[in-house]
Amino acid sequence: MDIHEYQAKEILARFGVPVPRGGLAYSPEQAGYRARELGGSAWVVKAQIHSGGRGAAGGVKFCRTADEVHSFAATLFGKQLVTKQTDANGKGVYRVWVEAASDIAQEMYLGFVLDRKSERIMIVASAHGGMEIEDLAENDPTSLRRMTIDPAVGLTEFQARELAFQLGLKGGQIAQMVTTLRACYRAYRDLDAVMVEINPLVITRSGDLVALDAKMSFDTNALFRQPQIAELRDRSQEDPRESTAGDHGLSYVGLEGDIGCLINGAGLAMATMDMIKLAGGEPANFLDIGGGASPERVVRAFQTVLADGNVSVILVNIFAGINRCDWVAEGVVQAYRQLGLTLPVVVRLAGTNVAEGKAIIANSGLPLISADTLAEAAAAAVAARPQLAA
Amino acid sequence: MAILITEKTRVIVQGMSGRIGGFHAADMIRYGTNVVGGVTPGKGGESTLDRPLFNTVREAVEATGAEASLVFVPPPFAADAIMEAADAGIKTAVCVTDGIPSQDMMRLKRFLRRYPADRKMRLIGPNCAGVISPGKGFMGIMPPHIYRPGRVGIVGRSGTLGYEAASQMDALGIGVSTSVGIGGDPINGSSFKDILQLFEADPETDAVMMIGEIGGPQEAEAAEYVRDHMTKPVVAYIAGLSAPKGRKMGHAGAIISAFGESAQEKVEILAAAGITVAPNPSSMGETMARMLAARKAA
Repeated sequence: MDIHEYQAKEILARFGVPVPRGGLAYSPEQAGYRARELGGSAWVVKAQIHSGGRGAAGGVKFCRTADEVHSFAATLFGKQLVTKQTDANGKGVYRVWVEAASDIAQEMYLGFVLDRKSERIMIVASAHGGMEIEDLAENDPTSLRRMTIDPAVGLTEFQARELAFQLGLKGGQIAQMVTTLRACYRAYRDLDAVMVEINPLVITRSGDLVALDAKMSFDTNALFRQPQIAELRDRSQEDPRESTAGDHGLSYVGLEGDIGCLINGAGLAMATMDMIKLAGGEPANFLDIGGGASPERVVRAFQTVLADGNVSVILVNIFAGINRCDWVAEGVVQAYRQLGLTLPVVVRLAGTNVAEGKAIIANSGLPLISADTLAEAAAAAVAARPQLAA
Repeated sequence: MAILITEKTRVIVQGMSGRIGGFHAADMIRYGTNVVGGVTPGKGGESTLDRPLFNTVREAVEATGAEASLVFVPPPFAADAIMEAADAGIKTAVCVTDGIPSQDMMRLKRFLRRYPADRKMRLIGPNCAGVISPGKGFMGIMPPHIYRPGRVGIVGRSGTLGYEAASQMDALGIGVSTSVGIGGDPINGSSFKDILQLFEADPETDAVMMIGEIGGPQEAEAAEYVRDHMTKPVVAYIAGLSAPKGRKMGHAGAIISAFGESAQEKVEILAAAGITVAPNPSSMGETMARMLAARKAA
């Protein structure tokens, strides 16, 4: 689960990371007021959306007057900001962060991630920041420093000091860096984060470290014990189809194609999508109906898939272990009748209670297309697509 | 012999008195699995499915000589239950639970390292379908009747895709020595390489079907092992050819976030290590059949 930059800065500041002074605004007027309140003669106005690449997309501006802050903020509110990390719809701007501008001498990169190889938290740092980590890894790989943390001991001071020296820091910056690293680690560990990124971490002209941008992402599996983090969820930043599906125990990812998929199990779902692609079609979505799916959940899954206007065929592929083919078949029949479906539906059932499931499909009197194997199902779905005018 | 479980393996179920734990334990017993008891804190002295319940894993091990444990404990408590099994001397734990926090897994893996090699527990999963040695026994949630007994090992992240492979092989008359689900989480107990090592050493396994997916470094690590150390042939399939970068595809671990983690890249890595890669998910069985026939002819 992602949170906004200003929320990440507030959290990290509580753990001891130096951040610039700033204020949140829900309107252009409030943005202008925040600038006057902060004082000084230069501010940075930043659109708060759950995506990187905001600067290049026009979501960040350096302003010289409070009126400029007001008028730039006015262009942001209500806008769908499209960055290179968002889809074509972009993300809506409903909050704006106004910050006292910093005097930058050097930009560095600092990230904390879960390293799957060592199965530990890993620090990734570079004396050259400001660009995306992917670009940094490509353009400047030798500048990257990596360090893993033993979960039984935590980040030790000597490790933090080593990293600070490796980054070329001097004098009082060493102690500031050690404080920053240990603060980020504690925030990551104590709050069940999966990612903490400060990019850039800057050295100001007066020689101090400041986190100019911050990103945090959290482990959704741990939200049950992080209620104060769970409250930061911002549904305005999520794909409404994906979040509604999630509310009903369905795992859904919207894609670009026209063949709607209802499948059980993430691996089989990915494999079915691959099979559709190889058969010459394009999947409209990833959807895992989960285990022990009731007919009601299957109907809900149909609704979720059909909410995508591009869908022209539906493919149901179930290999039941803890699911039951008869329940799924009931759900398919109910969905077809209740939702008044007219588009072609291909159904492939295997595993637990397959005979009962197939009988329900065959005796339904509905024009459902049955398939026995994965290959047949994918081919039937591609063949059943309405012939589009070329 | 198979690997991890035979008809003799004494199995306990942690969480057997729960609705889901009880349902699957009953299925395991019907199949012939040697389930000797269950553990539910607070229910020690009671019984379920004609098997005794214990308060702690240690008591269960002392009373029944249990060697393996199936963990059906909800996510907030699962890592603790697995550590309890390791400390009580269980040799193999299989955890089905989906949704264990990643830092719990990090600490759990670190905890398992405190034991010397001869009494270190092997963990399979979490978030997996379990382990089955067809005709002998199983620990997990798979439909056991789809597995034909035989001499090909299966190891995969996904449960349902593992069923798909087993049924394609069954249709071609190819049976399974043991099928192991290693689970879809970013941090798991046993990797592909860990299970391939067991199959390589198992006299009842002739070949292995390995089913990977996008995300993480374990398929590449397995490829290196196959290339340098494995004498038995391996057929593989990698799911997620059409998965977009940076999006989580159901499994917490199924996300392309680094170089070498996409399906195309993994296929190239596996093929370069001499593994026969099935071109699509409906040809896993065929590809295995062709490879076995070629071996026989040679």
